[in-house]
Amino acid sequence: MCAMIEGLKPFEPNIIGFLCHWCSYEGADAAGRARLIHPANLKAVRVMCSGRVDPQFVLDAFQKGADGVLILGCHPGDCHYKEGNIMAMKRFAILKEMIRQWGIEQERLRLDWISAGEQEKFVRVVAEMTEQVRALGPLKRVDRTLASGRVGSAHR
Amino acid sequence: MNWWAEPTLPAWWKGIFSGMPKKPQIALYWCSSCGGCEESVVDLAEDLSVVASKVDIVFWPVALDWKHEDLKAIADGQLAAVLINGAVRMGEQETMVRLLRKKSQLVFAHGACAHLGGVVGLANLFSRQDLLDRAYRQVPSVFNPQGVAPETTEVSSEEMLELSSFQDRVKPLDQVVEVDYYIPGCPPTPALIRNALMLLLENRLPPKGSVLADTKALCHTCPRIDSRPAVLRVERFKRLYEVQWDPDRCFLAQDIICLGPATRGGCEGRCISGNMPCRGCFGPTENVKDQGAKSVSLLASMLDGADEKTVKKAVATIPDLVGLLYRYSVASSILRGRLSGKT
Repeated sequence: MCAMIEGLKPFEPNIIGFLCHWCSYEGADAAGRARLIHPANLKAVRVMCSGRVDPQFVLDAFQKGADGVLILGCHPGDCHYKEGNIMAMKRFAILKEMIRQWGIEQERLRLDWISAGEQEKFVRVVAEMTEQVRALGPLKRVDRTLASGRVGSAHR
Repeated sequence: MNWWAEPTLPAWWKGIFSGMPKKPQIALYWCSSCGGCEESVVDLAEDLSVVASKVDIVFWPVALDWKHEDLKAIADGQLAAVLINGAVRMGEQETMVRLLRKKSQLVFAHGACAHLGGVVGLANLFSRQDLLDRAYRQVPSVFNPQGVAPETTEVSSEEMLELSSFQDRVKPLDQVVEVDYYIPGCPPTPALIRNALMLLLENRLPPKGSVLADTKALCHTCPRIDSRPAVLRVERFKRLYEVQWDPDRCFLAQDIICLGPATRGGCEGRCISGNMPCRGCFGPTENVKDQGAKSVSLLASMLDGADEKTVKKAVATIPDLVGLLYRYSVASSILRGRLSGKT
């Protein structure tokens, strides 16, 4: 019965956003202060810099249930750490190519630049991403039991 | 009193039957592997006789005739250690690995396949059905008009053997049973195996879960480290066939992808000494979960240019990203295999 109701509920994408502290998180804050409305599908994680986003974080998000991952940083040239966002852009370029081979649609991963004053852009990007991922549907995972943790030792 | 009663016999006589000075018993087993790890044990050469004088190898399918039933018959925990190489794909392998875990006090994952899933783990990029279709139908040299494919249904006739099941995924050893230590490498060097056995015999084993090799990246022990520039700027990566590469210079400085910076050291730089770049068989360094993801960062840090167009062009020169960066670690990576989405 529960499963039936679950099946009837419209799909709400689960989107993890990595927002840089100095620009994009500020931009999100500004959107909040301005009472702008955006889809509630984004779960924001504040990082000090978009360059801090290890590709492991992105893969981990996808593995643990994210249907989409959004990385938001300062505009090129504006990075608080000079070129952390350029680093993020380079990683993203490789990562985006790579996730295809893992069976993850490229549209599920997006990188964008949002400054502290661009609350409208923030709202637009989140809305676009949500709709895009909604159209793709949930990210299928082959075998959740296998994907959950290891039997073996504490670390390797 | 009978003449053969114990007190009348010399001590050495008793020793012959009731077990000579007890040597620890060890076993070696293989799952989905190429046999290279077995070869690495044989490569101990003269040291093999030293090892044999200190331990009893009781179960080693590649060399000794001991059967499943014999293994079942011994007491739980009787073996001091078992070295298992190869990844786990077949149902039979899973049964054997669980049995060995029960019979042995320590389990060593021996070689890259047991440690990380290895090259055979690349199969996780395809579904079970895809693999069977490919192998039994699509390969041009296959002639199979009846569409025969492996089945695991029980066959009642006594002349027929039941096949082991072909499971959905390739798993490294620690996704099936608890693993105490890892001996990395494809295959591990004889020095690493000797070292692991010595640690075991001398009771000097590090904390459980340790990988018995270096903790730092290969670069730290690379013979070419001095020629590695502090900053690398690559416009396009080159493949080996495209260049005449210098045998004494860092591969990265020659725009050739080498995974040394993202790979655990301890291999004595065998590939580098053979003038081939590292492909990562020792797995990630300490505290890294996903070797391929770290390799993405490595390559990204080398890319020249600051605009998307230049970067995209450089990325296009890296062939088969997952096959390259996860050559040995697909099955133990964060995603463990291909998700079933469309691309």
